[in-house]
Amino acid sequence: MTASIETDPATGEAHVELDSVRLAFGRRVVFRDLRCRAPRGRVTIVLGGSGSGKSTLLRLVGGLQRPDAGSVRVAGEEVTGLGERELTRVRRKIGMLFQNGALLDSISIFENVALPLREHTAKDELEIESEVHRRLASVGLDDVDELLPGELSGGMLRRAALARAIVMDPEILLCDEPFSGLDPPNVERIEALLTRLNRELGLTIIVTSHHMASSMRMGDQLVLLRDGFAVGGTPAELVAGGDPRVVEFLGSDAVAAAAGAGAGSVGS
Amino acid sequence: MTGAVARLGARSVDWVAGLGHMTRFAGSVVAAALRPPLRGRTLVREIYDVGVRSLALILGSGFVVGMVLGLQAYNTLARFGAEQSLGAVVGLSLIRELGPVLTGLLVTGRAGSATAAGIGAMVTTGQLDGLRMMSISPIHFVVYPKALALLIAMPLLSALFIVVGVFGGYVVVVELLGLDPGSYLSSLENAVDFRDDVLASVLKGVVFGLLAGLISTYRGYTSEPTAEGVSRSTTSTVVVASVCILISNYFITALWGV
Ligand SMILES: Nc1ncnc2c1ncn2[C@@H]1O[C@H](COP(=O)(O)OP(=O)(O)O)[C@@H](O)[C@H]1O
Ligand SMILES: [Mg+2]
Repeated sequence: MTASIETDPATGEAHVELDSVRLAFGRRVVFRDLRCRAPRGRVTIVLGGSGSGKSTLLRLVGGLQRPDAGSVRVAGEEVTGLGERELTRVRRKIGMLFQNGALLDSISIFENVALPLREHTAKDELEIESEVHRRLASVGLDDVDELLPGELSGGMLRRAALARAIVMDPEILLCDEPFSGLDPPNVERIEALLTRLNRELGLTIIVTSHHMASSMRMGDQLVLLRDGFAVGGTPAELVAGGDPRVVEFLGSDAVAAAAGAGAGSVGS
Repeated sequence: MTGAVARLGARSVDWVAGLGHMTRFAGSVVAAALRPPLRGRTLVREIYDVGVRSLALILGSGFVVGMVLGLQAYNTLARFGAEQSLGAVVGLSLIRELGPVLTGLLVTGRAGSATAAGIGAMVTTGQLDGLRMMSISPIHFVVYPKALALLIAMPLLSALFIVVGVFGGYVVVVELLGLDPGSYLSSLENAVDFRDDVLASVLKGVVFGLLAGLISTYRGYTSEPTAEGVSRSTTSTVVVASVCILISNYFITALWGV
């Protein structure tokens, strides 16, 4: 447990780093001066109200959205200003789980997960089949090969999309509200899957969320979006900092819980 | 006054910018079409989709239009005692103008709008961004097969329209009006010129297919990611593509040498 102090996320190597990012859509300023970082091998949770720019932040990291000003670095490489072709190199390192899955709805689940393998590897049909089945099994899905995305339940769909996001072995996994609209058992399942990917494979994970309890459990680092700025830190730091915006957003229960957890880890 | 001029100016700039965008888009679709892989399976599925969507419409419309042509041509030609040219008039009208133009408009309304709506829905649900994040070009994976499918299907459907139309005319002229079946078909055969009529007809089908394919995919691809955005791009696909088809039809007819 003391190790958690030595590898303090605030001082560890940043895998993803946004600096002085400004972004406006017309008159709607989403980010004024956004600075935040996601340490390598850690789970970073991005919290913020609806419309605070959580999805937009992930889109900036994936190069789907360009900032008006500022820098976005992924694995040390500046993403802003890269063309579509050069972005390929960066995106190979990134898996993205979109909020509604974003699976192609005209092809089967199997073909969806197989798609990156077919496009970017020289694997033959047998290898692809075993790889896809291995990935689907790892997220707890079998017997869904022939189904179309529309035929899956919300939780299954989310997991199938997760299988597609990790099929190319990314180092960074971006998850946009992976818990939204799911019942508690499915929330736990996804949380367990993400935690396992982080622990066992060392993936750097950035999750946007509304789900306070799981955020507090999973997050090594929290980033709170508000009014175009970000407040970042470990859960304990944020709580200890006593920033009224933080307390207001997290709610007193979550603060109490985190304070309890923080006290527990210090004590052990 | 200055306000009106400024608005006109702004609109013209928008229009030119839109045309520039559209041209760049068309360029990237062509570039995608020339880049492997061919995506043959997707292409066949898209052609099948366009065909299945439009088949009944084309068969039904072609037949009825042919019947009307038969009646109208009979009314006119009978005044001059030229009933033996009925086949030629019905056939040439269908081959040169009505077949390709009506097919262009009908397929645009049916399959072109569906293409725009389909791509628009993929934009709205993030499927295209999903492809981008997997380093798969949405233009190559989604747009090019859909555009090429319309390009390929259009002349085929137009040919079908013409054949069914000629048959519809035959039913009216021979079965209802009791004219000689031999003269209907032989006058058609003798009148048709391969280059002037058949090639021009195929060219029209290809050009209309190209227009419907590019405009519908462009509108879908650039639609706003909302339900209203998708429905706007669907509507504008039908309007813009139909007008473009009618205008280009005039130029092809005029330039091909009548
Ligand atoms: N492409 C876009 N065009 C215009 N406005 C946008 C666009 N994308 C996002 N926005 C605006 O940016 C703000 C942040 O959006 P988003 O990142 O989706 O928020 P969140 O995911 O936190 O709910 C919202 O006000 C939204 O309306
Ligand atoms: Mg969002």
